[in-house]
Amino acid sequence: MLRFILMRLVKAAIILIAILTLNFFLIHAAPGDPAAVLAGEAGAADAQFIEQLRERFGLDKPLLTQLGIYLGGVLQLDLGYSYRQQMPVADLIFARLPATLLLTLTAFVIALVLGTLAGVLASARVGKWSDTVISTLALLFYATPLFWVALMAVLVFSVFLNWLPGFGYETVGANYTGFRRALDIAQHLILPATTLGLFFMAVYMRMTRASMLEVSQLDFVKTARAKGLKPGIIQRRHIFRNAMLPVVTLAGLQAGQLVGGAVLTETVFAWPGIGRLMFEALAQRDYNLLLGIFFVSAAMVLLFNLITDILYRVVDPRIRVAS
Amino acid sequence: MSDFWKRFSRNRGAVIGIVILAVVVLVAILAPMLFPQSPWRMVQRPFLPPLSMNQYLLGTDALGRDVLTGLAYGAQVSLLVGIVSTVAALLVGIPIGALAGYFGGAADDVLMRFTEFFQTVPSFALAIVLVAIFEPNIQSIIAAIAVVSWPPVARLVRGEVLSLRSREYIEAAILSGQTSAAIIWRQVLPNTLSPIIVLASLMVATAILLESSLSFLGLGDPNMMSWGYMIGAARTVIRQAWWLSFFPGVAILLTVLALNLIGEGLNDALNPRLARRGK
Amino acid sequence: MTEPVLSIENLTIALPEGADRAFAVDGVNLQLFAGEILCIVGESGSGKSMAANAMMGLLPDLVRPVDGRIVYGKVDLLDKTEAELMDLRGRKLAMIFQEPMSALNPLMRVEDQIAEVYEAHRLLSPKTRAARAVELLTEVGIPDPAKAAKAYPFQLSGGQRQRVMIAMALALEPEILIADEPTTALDVTTQAQILKLIRDLQRKRGMAVMFITHDFGVVAEIADRVAVMQLGKIVETGTADAVLDNPQHAYTRKLIAAIPRLAAGQAPVRKEKTPVLEVESLSKTYRTGGGLFSKPRVVEAVKDVSLQLAEGETLGIVGESGSGKSSVGRCLVRLMEPDQGTVRLAGRDMAHLKGERLRAARGSIQMIFQDPYASLNPRAKIGRIIAEGPMAHGVARREAYERAARLLELVGLDVSAIDRYPHEFSGGQRQRVGIARALALEPRVIIADEAVSALDVSIQAQVLDLLADLKERLDLALIFITHDLRVAAQICDRIAVMHRGEFVETGPAHDIFNRPRNAYTRTLIEAIPGREKELATVG
Repeated sequence: MLRFILMRLVKAAIILIAILTLNFFLIHAAPGDPAAVLAGEAGAADAQFIEQLRERFGLDKPLLTQLGIYLGGVLQLDLGYSYRQQMPVADLIFARLPATLLLTLTAFVIALVLGTLAGVLASARVGKWSDTVISTLALLFYATPLFWVALMAVLVFSVFLNWLPGFGYETVGANYTGFRRALDIAQHLILPATTLGLFFMAVYMRMTRASMLEVSQLDFVKTARAKGLKPGIIQRRHIFRNAMLPVVTLAGLQAGQLVGGAVLTETVFAWPGIGRLMFEALAQRDYNLLLGIFFVSAAMVLLFNLITDILYRVVDPRIRVAS
Repeated sequence: MSDFWKRFSRNRGAVIGIVILAVVVLVAILAPMLFPQSPWRMVQRPFLPPLSMNQYLLGTDALGRDVLTGLAYGAQVSLLVGIVSTVAALLVGIPIGALAGYFGGAADDVLMRFTEFFQTVPSFALAIVLVAIFEPNIQSIIAAIAVVSWPPVARLVRGEVLSLRSREYIEAAILSGQTSAAIIWRQVLPNTLSPIIVLASLMVATAILLESSLSFLGLGDPNMMSWGYMIGAARTVIRQAWWLSFFPGVAILLTVLALNLIGEGLNDALNPRLARRGK
Repeated sequence: MTEPVLSIENLTIALPEGADRAFAVDGVNLQLFAGEILCIVGESGSGKSMAANAMMGLLPDLVRPVDGRIVYGKVDLLDKTEAELMDLRGRKLAMIFQEPMSALNPLMRVEDQIAEVYEAHRLLSPKTRAARAVELLTEVGIPDPAKAAKAYPFQLSGGQRQRVMIAMALALEPEILIADEPTTALDVTTQAQILKLIRDLQRKRGMAVMFITHDFGVVAEIADRVAVMQLGKIVETGTADAVLDNPQHAYTRKLIAAIPRLAAGQAPVRKEKTPVLEVESLSKTYRTGGGLFSKPRVVEAVKDVSLQLAEGETLGIVGESGSGKSSVGRCLVRLMEPDQGTVRLAGRDMAHLKGERLRAARGSIQMIFQDPYASLNPRAKIGRIIAEGPMAHGVARREAYERAARLLELVGLDVSAIDRYPHEFSGGQRQRVGIARALALEPRVIIADEAVSALDVSIQAQVLDLLADLKERLDLALIFITHDLRVAAQICDRIAVMHRGEFVETGPAHDIFNRPRNAYTRTLIEAIPGREKELATVG
């Protein structure tokens, strides 16, 4: 297991270096002066700052040397400096990271739990009205633009019904502490996390339903019935566990989209995470910050993939024992 | 072929999907005739609510532009981006997948590592970065969507080719002295067509969602009216004018839903699994 | 006569609409007595498995019994509720299946899967269940039962998995055991062991066994009584000896006549011909897995194999699965790259040709494949499938199609087939198309890789006849790869027995069967189902 994790870490490191290289070439491929790109919003930065950048990144040296300098910087957790925000990019990102982690993980848990539950339910009642309702809802959620459903949620639950806050991370100026603060944040979390989870809920529901139906046709389910086991036990012990394998794989692959979705949700709900930061960077054409966020979100996805891979090995003895 | 239509039309959802999509396509084609006005032109007072004037059925936006005209022209952008970027993604993904699957070994390793890289990278974030750096316009949007959506094609085609590769009729073709190119072209690819068609219809849907998300963030082509842009522009005034974000969202939802329904219908009708059993 | 433990009366099971016939099982009457093994034998699609599943109440969703009764303990099982059936399953009636790999849950340990049987009927404590599991595994003869109990199914061999299935079925000492083709997926030596195990356990416990099979050899090994099924109906029942020695129904006679006889004829002494194919020290080693941190797994599939094949001669390569027999065939046609050795075809070394020269040389060695459903491109017409080869070698299109038409006639198909798609043909007909395709390039050597293994026995006999006929007429040199020694006995002049990548014995077919010199060859031949019976009858 340890060796497996080590191997995956090496692989992740290679991918991260590849992403940085991609970033580097994007800076150079962009129209205009790379120094201006690094400074953000061509022309807004003063000449002195641009000159500093030129020197620091060796922009007059050969391309490969520049790449080396760039990679070396990142190794020391230096993602550059945001001229617009007057702060190092890394500091900006790390300040916003917890909010995004809270949002995406909550959304993920909601989506996975509700999605698989709904999928199991639909597969058990296949063809009946409850299956039709669940499947239709899933089809709708699957087709709904995330940013739009977020806006509609604000409109309905926040503006019309006034049940839940539709804006921000906590009540501004309330200065709650301790449990009261946690509750406040939780209230603010409900709408963004649910809307972000909706699409993924639909994905997991459809996958679970299909997978349950497929597994229930397999021979070992017949064996279990031939033993005289009750349908409930067969469903849980034999069908569900096997059906979850492809769902876990899918959940790992979907991690990247979850981070992408956070950009839209955080923008709508003014959630102070890196997604919102990305939107701000976009508005200000702060390319260096943009690339930094892109890099960090890729690192998050890699971490997430690693976790699902480990989970997969825990669930499936064929992979666990074989190595 | 008639068999295919029979099975396809038995799927109620798929038929609904075809009808919705036909309406969207029709509106997109007829937009310049139905609404000769530019969608950018101010035609009435701002924030005209829907159904208050017959001429402007869905009301006007913050700058007094007609919402219905915007929707019609937005259909053009959505379909254009959806189809062109999917075709581009297929043109990249199919050859990579076919080569990797057919030749295996080192070629497969290199091509799949490359694909895996693009699949690991958070796709929406990459699309944002690409469009932002290369300036938002229709070309960069299409290119960015194609760049993030080809990996599933490559993986699907590779998987199909890999399983076909060990199929006995491919081995028979090798033994009969046909060239690799002829085998890929005549024996392998025609048999991967069904799953590719199904995937392509779903990819058009995803591409439309991606385009609208980019436009929503302000990364749309500044010269083209799109549904995502309309919602993005209306975001800050949602409390005063709900209809400005509501109707374009419904348009996206219906179009994407239609494509997904069609994809499922195709999947059932072409049912690759049944076809594979040879019956 | 004593009361049957179970009797099936006028059982009729309807198939869903659009199936090739209305009833899977059509008015079947059967009686099963305590302490006997009743074999239900029939070809694929005869409805024999459906009847067995109906007894367990395990029919597929769309299939349902519409008439008749299944009487067990004075009541009709078809009337029972699902809950009542659940109580009987595993406790009174148990079942084992064809594919022991897929019949076991891949994510559960063996002991847990056995313990479940007790759990389902609320018997024993969890601890004693585990102990019983080990006892049962011991009883079915699994080596190191304590370790096997803790294993996952994928860690066991096919034979061991089937033993686990049997242990599971026997857990509650059921009155009736239903075995649905339990040895079909196994190698012949493993099959012999499992058959013996079932026979022994049945004797020891006095169970009634309903044994479903397509193989008359298996019937001869194990049956007390036989029921022959054809298209959902029982055409003949009787004691094993009566049915095998003196079949009454025409269909039974046809099936029994189609079984290849074991006695290989004394090959006619032929004039010394120059060998058309000479293979010297062919070797192939697989390496799978392995990366930065792990060692690759190394399998020596083919070890130093040499052979010669003369014109008009048929050489059989026989062996169990994993023996490397298919690898030899694939190395010869270069679908697989041999690591070492030479393959001289009419004097030219094929083993090291590359690129265009290999492509051009390929015409002279062709292959007939195993699976009639996978060996023809579903999107190509038969004409194109046959003509493509010659066209790739520069024959004009018209001439190639004319040749295809002639070949279709030669293999006993109508010329109109040329414009039809593979799915319009039956398995046997497709296999004829496959043979025509192999002949289209007028090869010097044909390799038939398990070419009749996927076919029902009556179809198999027809295709074997066709091959024998073609061999005669075209003076073909044939390498016939098979796991089935009966088939090898019928068609081969010489036989090479393969075991773990090596030829352990090579010789004239007659000698191999009558005077095997190698110990493994002897085991293999003794394991052939129905052999003793056949020897007894012959003489």
